[in-house]
Parts: sequence; C-alpha cells; structure tokens
Amino acid sequence: MSDITFTDDLRPISVGEILPWAIFGGLLLMLAIYFVGAEEGATSIVSGGYVHEFVHDGRHLLGFPCH
Amino acid sequence: MVGKLLLRGMIAGVVAGLIAFGFARLYGEPAVDRAIAFEEQTSQAKGEAPGEELVSRTTQAGIGLATALVVFCASVGGLFSLVFAFVYGRLGPLRARSTAALLALGAFIAIALVPLMKYPANPPAVGDPETIGARTELFMVMLIISLLALVLAVLTARRYWSQWGGWNASMLAGGLFLAIVGVAHFALPPINEVPENFSADVLWQFRVAVLGIQFLLWSTLGLLFGVLAERSLAERR
Repeated sequence: MSDITFTDDLRPISVGEILPWAIFGGLLLMLAIYFVGAEEGATSIVSGGYVHEFVHDGRHLLGFPCH
Repeated sequence: MVGKLLLRGMIAGVVAGLIAFGFARLYGEPAVDRAIAFEEQTSQAKGEAPGEELVSRTTQAGIGLATALVVFCASVGGLFSLVFAFVYGRLGPLRARSTAALLALGAFIAIALVPLMKYPANPPAVGDPETIGARTELFMVMLIISLLALVLAVLTARRYWSQWGGWNASMLAGGLFLAIVGVAHFALPPINEVPENFSADVLWQFRVAVLGIQFLLWSTLGLLFGVLAERSLAERR
C-alpha cells in the first residue's frame, strides 16, 4: 500500500478569494430562487400572476408554499 | 478558482434539474393532476366559476416545470459550490469528491428532510391562501434552526475529533443535531390545512415525490460536482 501517492492539493481556498464571488454570485442565485419559489405567492415584486402560474407545478413539487 | 467552481456547481445543478424534471414528470405530475381535479370538484360543488386559466396545464407540467426545476437546481448548485469552496480543506484531510458527497448529505438532511418532516409540502387544493405568509415564515424558521444545528454539529465534531476520536466526536455531533431539531419539531406550532375529504393517497404520493426530487437534486449535486471540482482543484497552482 505504500505506493499510494496522495496528490491532491488540500490547501483551503482563502476567504478573501471566496468573498467577492459569495456576495455577488450568492445574491444573484438567491434572487433566482426567490423568483421560482416565492414571487407572486408569499410576496410580490411584479404584479399579475404569470410568473406564479408558469412555475406553479415546480413550486408545489419543490415544497414552496404556493397558495 | 472560485469562479471555476461556481460554474461547475451550476453545471452540476442543471444536470440535477433535468434529472429532477424527469422524475417530477413521472412521479409528481399524476398527484398534482389528481389534486387539481379535487380542487375543481370542490369549487364546482360550491358553485364558484372556474378560475381563468392564465397558463395551460400542459405548459405548467412541461416547460414551466422544467424551467422552475432547472433554474432552482442550477442556483442551488451555484450556492453549493460556494459553500464547498469554503469548506474544502477545512473539514480535515478529505478530498474533493468526499467533501462534496458529505456536504450534499448534510444539506439534504438539514435543508430538505428535517424541515419537510415538520412542514411537509402541499399539493394544489391544500393550504389556505390567507395563511401563506405565516406558513412561509414557520418553514423558514424551521430551515434556519436546522441549518444552524448542522453548523454547530460540524463545529462540535471538529472540536473533539482529535481529543475523543472520530467515532465519539461524530456521535456527539449527531446527538446534538438531533436534540436541537427535535426540540424545534416539538416546540414549533403544527400546520394542518388538508381538507376533510382530500385523498390520503394523493397526499402521500405527492409528498413522496417532493422528497424524491430533493433526494435526486442533492445526490446528483454531491456526486457530480465532486468529480468536476476534483479536476479543477487538481489544475490549481
């Protein structure tokens, strides 16, 4: 077993490198989740019901409170 | 580096979303259809005019469902990769694939299983529109408690790992997680808005499909992202 070499680089990625991605990427991704999950349901930015009706089945099946 | 991981997380998410769509179509839609049929029966019996159809059922169950699942899963995949970027190399000597698999397992338990056991998903016809705000809040509270309990459990395991050994530290961490979410399950108010004569079978089918979608999402993410991430981490300077 001694011929197994451990080649992976296990150094953690520094927080400073992650932070900008986490802030901007994280915000955009959470906005996307909001539109699939809650827009025109629990809360509303755009008026009407099109977003709600379009993602209706997905919303139910993802476990979001739909109506 | 983080950008590469983010992209790969979202790619794994898109794949997970497509798999989830196939499953939702086969196992979820029949229950949704039966629930909608019940909804229409009840409103007809009350003499209400059927609601105006803004989007057809075919669209809702086809492109609408696919869009919702793929967008949701790609976003979750992106967020997953950001958490992975932070956790990698900080949990102990775990390689990328094991880290991703472990993270996905923890996320499935804390984000899907535990909150859904307390506040299960509801098919159409179940749930009072008046209480959607309160229901959303309670679900979020349960989710946040469950996530915090997971973080606390991981920190506890790390803290006692070398001192007590991996087995004992894991038992302590698992016990702590169960105790916290157990108290939350007991203390938070119950919600039951299932109509009297709603089919128990439809409800069960629907809720199993919801858990199945979550299982497919997190297992695909964990296994696929681990492979993708291992490649990009190997190329790192």
